[in-house]
Amino acid sequence: MKPAPFAFHRPSSLADALGLLAAGEARPLAGGQSLVPMLNLRLTPVDALVELRAVPELRGAEEMPDGAVYGALVTHAAFEDGLVPDVTRGLMRHVAGRIAYRAVRNRGTIGGALALADPAADWLTTVVALDAEIGIVGVAGERWVKAEDFVLGPYFTILEPTELLTAVKVRRLPDTTRWGTYKVAVKAGEYAESLVIALIDTARNEGRIALGALDGAPLLLPQSAAAACAGTGGAALAEIVRAELAGSGRDLAPAAITLHATAVTRAIAEAVRP
Amino acid sequence: MKLPISLTVNGERVEAFVEPRLHLGDFLREHLRLTATHLGCEHGVCGACTILFDGAPARSCITLAVAADGADIRTLEGLADDPRMRVIKESFHEKHGLQCGFCTPGMLITSLDLLARKPDADAAEIRAGISGNLCRCTGYQGIVRSIQHAAAALKQPEEA
Repeated sequence: MKPAPFAFHRPSSLADALGLLAAGEARPLAGGQSLVPMLNLRLTPVDALVELRAVPELRGAEEMPDGAVYGALVTHAAFEDGLVPDVTRGLMRHVAGRIAYRAVRNRGTIGGALALADPAADWLTTVVALDAEIGIVGVAGERWVKAEDFVLGPYFTILEPTELLTAVKVRRLPDTTRWGTYKVAVKAGEYAESLVIALIDTARNEGRIALGALDGAPLLLPQSAAAACAGTGGAALAEIVRAELAGSGRDLAPAAITLHATAVTRAIAEAVRP
Repeated sequence: MKLPISLTVNGERVEAFVEPRLHLGDFLREHLRLTATHLGCEHGVCGACTILFDGAPARSCITLAVAADGADIRTLEGLADDPRMRVIKESFHEKHGLQCGFCTPGMLITSLDLLARKPDADAAEIRAGISGNLCRCTGYQGIVRSIQHAAAALKQPEEA
């Protein structure tokens, strides 16, 4: 028994869960694959946990003509195994299968991962690249925010302590959009040293590239995306990526710029490869 | 304050009162005396404590016992009569898939799931599949060979 003592609540409805959060110092528990290790290490003191597993409103996924909505409790393994609809031409399925390890993917959830907002974790950068919307519910009501406005910094989001992340809304990617990813990690399943999700649509001249595993929120690289859409490649593209990283205002040492620029150009290369 | 939980462990109904901070690994080992489940790092890195939670591998050290209320848990003890697990165990014996044996319960349960999901896994897929299970003895060569051996054996038609 490693964590310090805490109280534990098991609400069976969203209203009850929100009521418990509003009542005081409690943290929501989804799959627990990050929170329980932090409790075991006593890095995160909590007075009470509100377990969300039995809250039906947070489960399941729904496909619509223009996209899909995923409940916060959808596990990484459910994405990996294709148990939920995919509107991203396989991108989310691909990303999910490379999160941590299968035993973690079976328990860990997309909502829990996003609410934690670890900069080196996979979903945060992915939903920013996909321009997804995050559903948030509190006692005051529901709101939807763009993923890039949801995350403010490492482990820091706009979620209030009394609010819950309930769902993620992802737009359907056009047939002409190609994606590429690149992750640098010290071993398979480890947190990323650099993480890139690149969406390139040369037919529509639209691109969106998100870089994660930084010291803050995922970074969008519009100049690099525009260059990639215009067909720029090789050394010319690498120079544009490096310049954009150097001018991003993030505190990036030369070695970090080299690392991230390499990851970005490799993700682009995967997206545009014939 | 202790909370009541009711779950199935290795096919048997278990009722207990547990503190919320008790993790499932400690519950299995210390309350039920099921010591095949090994605890290594206790923060979800080493994989020694892997069990089956509703049929899918999970790390018992980062699963709270109270969060297993209503779940169907299976430990290595509960897989003793599983014919596929018997083949995997024999393969680990045959191909030197263990040395000290500490990581082995987690390796076996991870292998059982991996070969069910990917019966044709090649060596690279096997290595990726066991990347969440650390072994500090074997250097993994024997483990990969064991799982390849088991994969081939599991594809043989049952002998009459």
